[in-house]
Amino acid sequence: MKTSFSIALLLLSLTAGTTSAGSTTAVDKLLQQYRNAGAGPFSAERGQRFWHDSVRTVDGRERRCTTCHTTDLRARGKHVRTGKAIAPMAPSMNPKRLQKAKKIEKWFRRNCKWTLGRPCTPQEKGDLLRYLESQ
Amino acid sequence: MKSMTTTLFVLLILTALTFGLRTALGDDDDDDARDWLRRESIGFAPPANPLYVEECGDCHMAYPPGLLPGASWKRIMSGLEDHFGDNAELDPAVQRKLTAYLIAHSAERSHLRRARAVMRSVGDSAPLRITETRWFRHEHDEIPARWVKGNDEVRRFSQCDACHRDAARGRFDEDNVVIPGHGRWDD
Repeated sequence: MKTSFSIALLLLSLTAGTTSAGSTTAVDKLLQQYRNAGAGPFSAERGQRFWHDSVRTVDGRERRCTTCHTTDLRARGKHVRTGKAIAPMAPSMNPKRLQKAKKIEKWFRRNCKWTLGRPCTPQEKGDLLRYLESQ
Repeated sequence: MKSMTTTLFVLLILTALTFGLRTALGDDDDDDARDWLRRESIGFAPPANPLYVEECGDCHMAYPPGLLPGASWKRIMSGLEDHFGDNAELDPAVQRKLTAYLIAHSAERSHLRRARAVMRSVGDSAPLRITETRWFRHEHDEIPARWVKGNDEVRRFSQCDACHRDAARGRFDEDNVVIPGHGRWDD
């Protein structure tokens, strides 16, 4: 009885740190990488401004994050060329978001380059992650 | 007479087992036995590579590799920073893996009839777009452009699964074509 209670307590303490709403292992890992690159502290507010305000015009057409993801992170987006549905970015609507560091980095690489014409800096990425995980 | 019936029966069982085993154990795409059994119902072997479907099926359907020659896939995979106006860059190791996969299952490596038709239509060329091959244009020459380009639910001929409802299973036959806003294709 005492042993199984101790084991249960041990297991509980091990899992407690990993699944609280909004904070994921992948995000923590990436934020640490960005800190190691000299970035931080990170701000969800700055991330929000970056997400909504960044714009680049290519061939007379504006490119923003919201072009595909819409202005509402809880809504489904749509690929601007193919029309393919994009699942909501908000983890509160889509628990699959922000779960894998590799996947996050892949989309940062592709989409920062397409939208802004350059990679996002570690500071920008950290701010964006803080913003996205809060949604 | 009884022994002949028994012999025929045994032969039938053995044949069924052979095809069954070949289908179950053989290469899961260009299998001649499966092709023979299902006749024309499989147009192109659907991609059986989960990494390919995951990495190349987010923005558009993961196209069956048999739709283009290997040389085309090589060209496409070496220009992902500008992938038809989009950035589709991959981790270099993933890019190498997927390039190898696509070439290994490209049109010239397929036994399926339609893949061979694709090869005949492209010859030595390595087109970037499936929709620009002579074969593709011929297959779609009865579709009014306004049903596709002027149709917000389709937009482009490259969005196969907008109309081909069984595209994910490699089936592109007319029986499963429903054009949004226009209904079942019936020619």
